[in-house]
This record gives sequence, C-alpha cells and structure tokens, in this order.
Amino acid sequence: MKTLRAVIDWLEERTGVESALKHFLYEDVPASAGWHQVLGSVALFGFLTQVFTGILLAGNYAPTPGDAYNSLRYIVTELTGGQLIRGLHHWGASLMIVVVGFHMIQVFLWGAYKKPREATWIVGATLLMLTLGFGLTGYLLPWDNRAYWGTVVTTQIASLPPGAGPYVLRLLGSDGGSIGAITFARFYAAHVLILPPLTALLIALHVYLVRRHGVTPIPGDEARPKKKFYPEQVFKDTFATFAWFAVLMGMAIAVRVPLGHVADPTDTSYIPRPEWYFLFLFQMLKAFQGPLEIVGAVIIPTLAIIALFLTPFIDRGKVIRVRQRTGAISLVVLACLGWIALTARAVATTPPSTESPDAGLALVEPWQEIPADQLAAIGAFRKDNCGNCHVLGKSGAGPDLARAVSQKPSDWLMAHFKQPAPNVATQLKNPELRGLVAFVTKRNDEGVKAWSSASQAAVEGAMVYQANQCGACHKLNGAGMQTGPVLNGVADHRTREWLEGHFADPGRFSPGSTMPPYKLNSHDLDRLTSYLMAIPK
Amino acid sequence: METLTRRTFYSAVIAGLGGIMTAALAAPAAAYLFIRPKSQKQSDFVPAADLSQLTVGKPEEVVFRRTRTDGWRVVNEKSTAWVLRKDEQTAVAYTPQCTHLGCAYHWDEKENNFLCPCHTSTFSIDGKVLTGPAPRPLDRYVTRIEQGKILIGTEIQKS
Repeated sequence: MKTLRAVIDWLEERTGVESALKHFLYEDVPASAGWHQVLGSVALFGFLTQVFTGILLAGNYAPTPGDAYNSLRYIVTELTGGQLIRGLHHWGASLMIVVVGFHMIQVFLWGAYKKPREATWIVGATLLMLTLGFGLTGYLLPWDNRAYWGTVVTTQIASLPPGAGPYVLRLLGSDGGSIGAITFARFYAAHVLILPPLTALLIALHVYLVRRHGVTPIPGDEARPKKKFYPEQVFKDTFATFAWFAVLMGMAIAVRVPLGHVADPTDTSYIPRPEWYFLFLFQMLKAFQGPLEIVGAVIIPTLAIIALFLTPFIDRGKVIRVRQRTGAISLVVLACLGWIALTARAVATTPPSTESPDAGLALVEPWQEIPADQLAAIGAFRKDNCGNCHVLGKSGAGPDLARAVSQKPSDWLMAHFKQPAPNVATQLKNPELRGLVAFVTKRNDEGVKAWSSASQAAVEGAMVYQANQCGACHKLNGAGMQTGPVLNGVADHRTREWLEGHFADPGRFSPGSTMPPYKLNSHDLDRLTSYLMAIPK
Repeated sequence: METLTRRTFYSAVIAGLGGIMTAALAAPAAAYLFIRPKSQKQSDFVPAADLSQLTVGKPEEVVFRRTRTDGWRVVNEKSTAWVLRKDEQTAVAYTPQCTHLGCAYHWDEKENNFLCPCHTSTFSIDGKVLTGPAPRPLDRYVTRIEQGKILIGTEIQKS
C-alpha cells in the first residue's frame, strides 16, 4: 500500500494525473441528475468495445474482395472465440444505434440542446452521422451476397444527387456503378482509418463540452445542493453500461451473425435489403418512383438532417420541465410511430431471402465438391468390396490406392475390375467399370478424402445420378453438359417436395421443360434428392 | 471492519462490474489470439526423392512441393531439404535453415561440411556444430522411407 502511494505520488508530481482524475470524478452535477443521463456513458463504452473487437477482427482479416470472405469464414469457423468476437462487433453496432438513438431522444425531450449547449448538440448530431457511416461501410466488409447487394443499392442511391452523383460514385470507387476492389478499399479505409479517429476526436470534444457547460439542470435545481459525479452517478452509469453489456454478450452468444455465400455479382435471384436501422429509408423509397425518386432518396433525408442540426436554433425557448414539453413529446412519438410503421411495412413486404443466412457457415465436405461420376465410382469400389484387398492409407493384400494415381493401362484396369483375382468376378456393369477406371487414374486429393469420408447415402445418391445419366444434360461440380440448368446450389431455390415431384413430372413443375420424367423407386428418389440438395453453390 | 456505507457500496459495485466486463472481453480475446485454429492439417508426408538417385555420404539439396494451410488459404509451395542418404535403407533430411538465426546454409564440397554464410557456423555431415555461433545441431524433418522413396513430413525434430 505504501509503495503504491509512493508510485502515485511520483506520477502526480510529474504528470498531475491524480488531480486530473479527481477533478474529473468530483465534478459537480445538479441535484436532478440520475438514471436518465446514463446513455452517453453507455455509448462511450459501446464505442470502446467496437474499437477493441474491431482490432481483434482486423488481426485475422484480409481486406480485399474474396479474401475478405474467406478470412472472415476462417475467423468464425476455425478460431476459438472468433464467432463470439464477430458477434460482439456486429450486435455492438446494432446496439450502438439503439443507445445513441435513445440518448438523442433523451437530450431532445429534456431540452438539453438549448443555450449555451448548441455546440454540444451539433457535435452529437455529427457523431450520429459518423455512427451511421460506420454501419454503411462495415456492411460491405464480409463480402457475402448480403454485403455486396446491399452496397450496390447504397451506392446507387448516393449517385442520385444531380450534378454531384458521378463524383460521389467516383469517390466511393464505384465508377460506372460497379462494386469492386476499389470500392472495397475505400469502404475499408473509411471504416478503420477515417471514421474511428474522427469519432474519437469528436467524442472527446463532446465530453469536453458537456463538462464545460455541466450536466443540464432542470428548473428548481438551482435551489438544491449540488451532488458529485462520483460515486453515485458513476455507479448509475456503470450499472447501465453493465446492463447494456449483458444484453450484448447474450446476443453475441445466442444469435448467430449471418454469413451467406461469397458475393456473386451474376446472381440475379438475390434480394438486397439494408440493415434494420435503414429499413425505413428503404421503405420510404418505394413511395417515390420515377422522377420523384430523388425526393425520397436525397431531398427528404437531407432536409431531415438539416433540421436535426438546426434544432437548437429552431427551438430557442427557456429550459422547462419535461412534462410541460408537449410539443417535443408529440414530435418524438410521431417520429417513432412513423419509423416503426415504415420498418414494419418493409419487413412485411420484403419476400424471404432465397439464401439461408448461414449458407457460408456450413462446412463443405470433400464429397460435396467432387463430380458425381467420381463419387459414384467410390460407390462401385465399395459395392464390390474392393476395400477387402485395397485398404486406403496402407498397403494390404493390394496396393494402397490413396498414395498415388494408378499408372496401369486402362484395359488392364478394366480386366482387373471385372476379375480382380482368379475365380473372383465382380458384379460391376460396364459404365461402372469405366467410371472406376477414370477415378483411379485421374482422381485428386479431394477425391481421396471423399473416398474415405463420404457417407454411404451420398455415394448411393451419386450412383443414382450416374445410372440415370443426369450429367448428359446437367452440370454438377464442374462436370456434365449444360442443356439443362446447373444443379449446384439447387437447394437454395427449390424445396425437397418440388424436386421429388419434378423428377416424376417435370412439365408440371416447370412448363415447357424438355426433361423426360424419371420413375424412381422411393429409395433411389430419396437418395438422389438428398444428394442434390447437399451440393453447394 | 469497515461499515458498509452507501459510498463504499457504490465504489465496490463500480469496481466489480467493471472487472466483470473487462474479464468477459479479455477471456475470449485471449482464446482468439492464442488458441490454434481448429482444423489445422495433420502432418502430411510428401515424396521428395528416390533414394537410388542419391549418393551415399553426399548431401543433396532436394526440392519438393508441399500443400500447406496458411490461415484461410491453402498454398502449394516449393520446399527444400538437405537430404543425406546414409546407406541402402536410411536417409536424413535437414531443414534448410541454420539453427543460429535461420539463414540458408549450403554444403561446402571442399571443406566437407555445411557452411552458413551469415555468421560462418559450420556443421558436420551428421549435422553437429563444428564452429561458429549455432546453438544446436541442424534440425531434421521427420521422414519415412517407402518403396525406395524418401517421404518428408511436416514435423521438425530439434536436438
């Protein structure tokens, strides 16, 4: 204890840190100060948490299109705590909007923006804009379909102001309206290099101004003795921050942050939608079409922002009690109702996404990535007990086929597969024999992994696929013709019932289809459908 | 004992809640930074050379390709090893870095030893330090001999 005192005294003498801290903590606050004024502190700690989790994410993140997605996927699937830290950053951003929203409503209702606190309000309103900027720029960084298509819409809106539009687009690195490496770099730079220091600076200024003018008193405070900031108000601030933190941690643990498929600019089925706090704008835009679009996209938001900044100059009356501020209360209630109505309408009218929000989190197994003929060949290998002599991974009665591709000529292999040993004959049919020859002479490392790990159900599905020559019209995992649609990712837009019905009667499900009906028994139908539904995009 | 005043109660709660929040952020951060990725690939043996092509008692720099997981990327890259065939059946593969500061060393034919040009460490053909600042003998890859080929693993043995 004595040493600690000595260290503090040494520091105090050289830097004055102790008296500065005391000055900060023993600030006078009005007698009316209390729970309604905790939100500013919560927002400050929210910002610090975002900085902390953001730096952690940046430590395992590659800020370029494509790699961004892969590295984020690595963070959430490979790293311990990665999912939690991304969750904290993602939900922390959403909660930040909630906290600063309520903070602003409180300041507005209490009239705390009035003379001499106009500058504090303007700095606060600027901080709100920066917070929204964080949301917009951070939205692109996962580089999945949601990020990509959401940002396409954002940049298109930004291009609307007449005259300035093309220059805004160029500034966003989206010349000609496409989103690519430059856009990505601009958004990333804004998100981690421009916005954080700017926000930190303005927060410092905001806190300084709050301190300079003191916490806003209410009428009647002047007659009552002042309180000290520490410990009562600090306790309330800490308690509120803890409640906020508990909610954040709960969300980060319980609610999985979506990660879809990697951004695909050619995907025509994806329906973009913004983050929840921008949905009201998204909905409002629908009411303004054609030449009026600019009204909803640019003019109304700009006017609203100007009104927000000018609030202290529009309302110049004296500070009065909250309950008497009926005009302000009605305005807040109306704004909230409008916001809720627009958001609810947006949620109700947007069709459900065709892509599972967790599409990018599912682990892809090797058998899901190899062509069907190879997987079917694995089935032939297993069906006729080739594994009795050929043990994968070690030499048994036969050589280890996993070590290297077979160098034997194909006619030798054909004969060997028909009759592997004297007096032993297999039941394999000719197409199966040919598939097996192709597999043992051409397979790659993925094929070997699938060989030992593919489930029997999947292998049987691939065998049904091959037996019915689906590849004569369809492409799957890079193999087959393209007369019919590519079958990769079919589960993203078709249900199991649809597929099963479609096999029996294609014309009924897709009019004009040239696909012949396939009468499969229930076992084969089940295997084939499960197999196709498991092959990712 | 100190009586519990309103003031000491406030101070204790502030410190306690602050401590909980700090710990709740620090613990996952430490796990995230220090625990290895979940599915790091297990050691893979890749064929590097045919034993018959190596001369007994003469180290050769052997180049081979290996697929390696590098964070979120899987890279197929060139690797090298100094392989010494000891007799008909055995061989050792030294990792190509000097054990001092990681410079690339080479076999000095005239002196009959390995020489690191950075700080002139020399190693005998068995990898033992002869001169210079190197703190330990040359490191070795774990190897296997199969069907006349030397297979090099990812694990490294230090002595």
